[in-house]
Order: sequence, then C-alpha cells, then structure tokens
Amino acid sequence: MSHLAIAPWLARLLCACALPNLSWAADMEAQHELGFEHTAFGQAGAQGQSRQHLSVSVKSEFWAELNDNNSLTVTPFARWDEQDSRRSHADLREAFWLHLGDGFELRTGIRQVFWGVTEGRHLVDIINQTDLIERLDGEAKLGQPMVNLAFEHEAQQVDLFVLPGFRKRTFAGEEGRLRLPLIVDNDAAYEASNGERHVDLAARWQYNGDALRLGLSGFHGTNREAELRLTLDPNQLRYSGGQAIGLAAGYQPQLSAYYRQITQWGLDAQLTQGDLLWKLEAIQQSGGAERHHAADAGFEYTQVGWLDSNADAGWLVEYLYDSRGERATSAFEHDWLLGWRLSLNDAASSTLLASVIIDSQHDEQLLSVEGQRRLSDSLLLELELRAFLSPKPVPSAWEFISQPDLEHKLRPLVDDDYLRLSLRYFL
Amino acid sequence: MRLMSGLLSLCLSSVVIAQDWTSESLAQAAEARIRGFGDSSATLVMTLHNGAGEQASRQLRVKNLEYTDGEKSLMVFDTPRDVRGSALLSYTHPQGEDEQWLYLPAIKRVKQIGARNKSGPFMASEFAFEDIITPFWQKFSYGELSQDTFNDMPCYVLNRHPNDRHSGYKRQRVWIDQEHLLIRQVEYYDRRDQLLKVYQATDFTLHQGQYWRPALMTMRNVQTGKHTTLAWSEHQFGQGLNDRDFSQNALLRAR
Repeated sequence: MSHLAIAPWLARLLCACALPNLSWAADMEAQHELGFEHTAFGQAGAQGQSRQHLSVSVKSEFWAELNDNNSLTVTPFARWDEQDSRRSHADLREAFWLHLGDGFELRTGIRQVFWGVTEGRHLVDIINQTDLIERLDGEAKLGQPMVNLAFEHEAQQVDLFVLPGFRKRTFAGEEGRLRLPLIVDNDAAYEASNGERHVDLAARWQYNGDALRLGLSGFHGTNREAELRLTLDPNQLRYSGGQAIGLAAGYQPQLSAYYRQITQWGLDAQLTQGDLLWKLEAIQQSGGAERHHAADAGFEYTQVGWLDSNADAGWLVEYLYDSRGERATSAFEHDWLLGWRLSLNDAASSTLLASVIIDSQHDEQLLSVEGQRRLSDSLLLELELRAFLSPKPVPSAWEFISQPDLEHKLRPLVDDDYLRLSLRYFL
Repeated sequence: MRLMSGLLSLCLSSVVIAQDWTSESLAQAAEARIRGFGDSSATLVMTLHNGAGEQASRQLRVKNLEYTDGEKSLMVFDTPRDVRGSALLSYTHPQGEDEQWLYLPAIKRVKQIGARNKSGPFMASEFAFEDIITPFWQKFSYGELSQDTFNDMPCYVLNRHPNDRHSGYKRQRVWIDQEHLLIRQVEYYDRRDQLLKVYQATDFTLHQGQYWRPALMTMRNVQTGKHTTLAWSEHQFGQGLNDRDFSQNALLRAR
C-alpha cells in the first residue's frame, strides 16, 4: 500500500528532475555543522558512570530547488559519544519534498515541526518525538515522516498532518548520565495493535492578529511520551520473612516504554504588548481511562537598552501546572519558572539565559544557565550549566522500585549537575 | 481628454518642484520618490567597524512588498554562518504598532517579537531597528525647514521628531537634495538632544528609470566612534512578489 501511495509523488519528482532547463549546480546548496562537546559532571554517576563525557556530532543540510514550486531538503545528523553507546546515534532530521501549489503547500517526507510559545515546557508541541538523549530540555527532535498540507489566507493558517510511522523516544544507556537508576529497554510496547506502524492524525489552526497569535490544535495517535513500566523477575529478588528486601546480586531489571493511544487538544497563545509578551500553552489529553490537563502560562518582559547600554534584559515568569499532581509524568506539575535573559547585542551576539524552576510544594529546584557567543564567522561557543536540587540522595535501583518518591522527581539526577561546553563549526 | 490630463500632470509636477515646501510636504514628496515600486529585492553586506580597526561583516538578502497599509520586509541571513537561514519578517505601518516575527531554523520556531525593541541595535550595528524599517512620514511631527549643501549638492534640511515615545531619538535633521528629493544625510539626536549618529547615503543609482537607491549607506556613531556600512547590490524591482512570499509559511521556507 505504501508503495502505491508514494508512486505518484515519485513520478512527479522524476518529471520535475527531467525538465531540460534545470540547472542543478545553480539550485543546490549544501552546508555542514560540526559539533564538539565536553560535559563535566560535578561528581561520578550514582551508577558508576564517568564524570567526563566527550562527544562529536555532524549535521549536514542539502537543499535543491527543482523549479519555482518544488524543492527537496535532506538533513542527516549523527553523533558519537565517548561514554554512552546509545548517545552515539544517527537520525534523518529532515528529508522532504516541498511543493507550492495553487493556494496550498504540500510538504511530504521526514520533517521537523514546532508548535508553541512558552519557555518552561513545550506542552502543545507533539508532532515530533523528543531526542531526549541529545538534550535534556527537549529541544532536539527526531525526524517524523509526514504528509503535511498547509493553507494560509490573510491572518489564518491551517495545517493538516498524516503521520505514518512512530519514532521511539531516545533514553540514555548504561554508561550515560542524566538517567533513572534503571535503564529503559530498547524494545517498546504499544497500545495500538499495529505498534509503530500506527498512522497518527493532527491538525492545527493559527490566527495571526496584530497583537494576538492564537493556535488551536488536535492530535490523535500514539503518545510521544512513554509510560515507563517495570518487569521484575520474582526469582531474582532477595527476601526476608516473605518480604522482598532487595535485588539479587548482578540482577538489573529494566524499564520498558509503553506508548498509549491518545487524543490531545492544544491551545497556544501569545499576546504582544510592546515589550511585554503574554504566553499560554494548555493541553487536554485523554488516553486509556484517564484524562488530564496541563498548562504553562506567564509573561516575558524585555528592558531594551538595559542600564543605558546596548544590551537587552528580559524577565520571564511562568507557572507550570499538571492536573495529575504528584502522579504527573513531568517533574514540573506545580512549579514556578523564573528566568533572566541577557542579550548584549554585541558583534559576537552574546546571550545568556539563567533560570530556576521551583517546585511550589516540595523542596526541589532546577537551575539552568545557557549562554552563547560567536567566536568567528564560522565558530560558535555554547555553554550549558544545570544543577538539580532535591533534598534526598539518588535512590538505589531497589529504592527506586520499592519506594517511588513522586514528590521528588529530580532525585535520580541530584548527582548529575553538569557544565557542558560546545563548539559548533559551520562550513 | 487623456492627452490633456497627461499634460496637466506634467505641469503639476514641475509646479510641485517650484513650490514653497514645508518640512511635512517635503517629507511626503521624498517618500513618494522611493515608493510605488510594488516589490523589490536586494542583497546587503553589513560591515561593523568598532573604531579600533576591527571589523565584522554580515550578509543578508532583503525582499520588500508594498501594501495599502504599510510595507512588509523579509530579511534572510547568509552569514555569520551560525545564523544562516534565520529570517526576520517585519510589517511596518504609517500609523500604529509595527509587527515583527523571527524565524529560528535550528528549532523551526517562529517567534513574534515585541516591536518596541526599535531603539535597540540591529545585528550589533550602529543602525537601530527604527533606522532600517520604512520611515513613513506619518511617524514624525515636523519642525522648521532650512537650506544647506551636502557634497556640494543644494539640499533642504528638515527637522522631524519621532511620534513614538519608544523611539531612541528626540529629533532628527534630514538633508534632502533639491534636484531629486533623495535623503542624503540624517543627524540623529538622542533623548538628551545630543548628536548621536550621522547617516549618509551615497552612490545613488537609478533602477529601471524610476527608482533611485543608494548603493552605500553609512551610520557613524559620533559618541563612540563606531560606524556601520551597508553595501547594497543586486537590486531588482517588480518581480511579481506577492503576499505569499511574506507570509508565516514563507518564514518556514525562507532561505
């Protein structure tokens, strides 16, 4: 079936390629990016992992304009990681055909799509799976196969998506940091009987007013977020008086990802009032027997020409909410985000974003500092610092299984404070 | 009849040049000289000079489209390479708030940004956002008009005050040459009414027999000694660009 569906597009592409007046050399672009990354953790990992992690990545982008209305984009990505074999991974970030039709755009292939406005969490954004092993903040995404039909008329946009093929979330391996005390198995289970071949559907409408940008979206299909399930072999436990008291020596149970079928409705809005931006993202998600909602709402205020300099200072406040409370899969279920953004507006485009996410009910905070500075026309330096503050030590695998600490979801990461320096070279 | 009205408009235009200008009517006439192009595109090399001999350059491509209620401009960056593919879409209006959207290709994100950052520097240059967007005459109130020369050209010098209280300037003095009514020089006075920057436009070329454009713009900050040059090339007019080339979806495919 899928061959049949692809055939007409392929035929059109081949026709387009065969046009005699096409000059490939003039209409092709290639660009490449090399990344060198060093991560230093404050201490050795709770499961014995290394303090120092080196990694190298490469991303290329090839673009070809076939004619005025058709183009191809291919963006492969690969990373090698010194410590974590799972973080050594490759992904086709994009490989799609863009067709400009009469009153519509058709984008077919593997793409990246972002929805949303807030800084704290990307709740509404659901088209692409998160490449979690790549970045903790969820801003790296795996390529998603899709057919996307887009319409835009004056202030309104409509996007329709058919999403064949599911991508599993990436999780750190045994030697990787920033992970739970147990490894997440590579095999996943699905609610849908056809597993990762389930075809998801999504749609979004956006209104672009003078000051208000409003988006309403719907998604039906396989949840991008994994439910982590534990399979325990009772014969591999240690018992005392009929009570399990620990894991047998050498036994390492694994978590497995379970992906549910969900329906998610999303709302994202930004109201722009001069230097003040009001932001809101809210979702309602139903799957299985459960329905929950979550929101991230706040504002960003920018002081242009801060302290009579060329710099801009921005102040961010957001509240993050999840109706499931402690049972939420996110650590940010009733949390405040306070952030401060500095843009020096210098020739090196130096920027800094410092933020803290504070759990309003339990004593947990996530501190982040992100900065970047251009070193030359083709070299960029990036800095990322994160500290996880939680009152109790990292749980052992057995503690994690037997006494889940839902009030302190950052606990598994308290030994993982890190400073990451990255150099990105563009050629 | 048609011949008559054609003659009439010819007479009128020569009358206009001979008339007694006010600052406001001159600003309107100067604007009329550069507008009416429909759509245009050009390549721009911006060079920042820090006053200590160091320089840095950025290359971008700019497209413009005129609307009845303003003008849209789409800038796409080619260098520095870390921002290659980033795009800035601005919708400027003679009256009311301007709108701006920034597209960040690394995360495929379109952000609407607060348009009141207009007094801030554009890409670390001596040009502020408000200096590079269309300076519609309605955005100013006008003072006295005088005469001077610029590069031996007889010029009118008009005084104007930005209406927007978020502007970085208290007032500007604008040199407009008497022959072509083109803006040759602008002095920008900061909020304390001290001379801050001097803009000069040179190497004007006539495109398609009707659109005068400077090939070189220089903004010199007299308080810091830094200056920025904008070298324009590859001007094209009337290519049939339309709304679709300046839409939200256009940002996603900007390159």
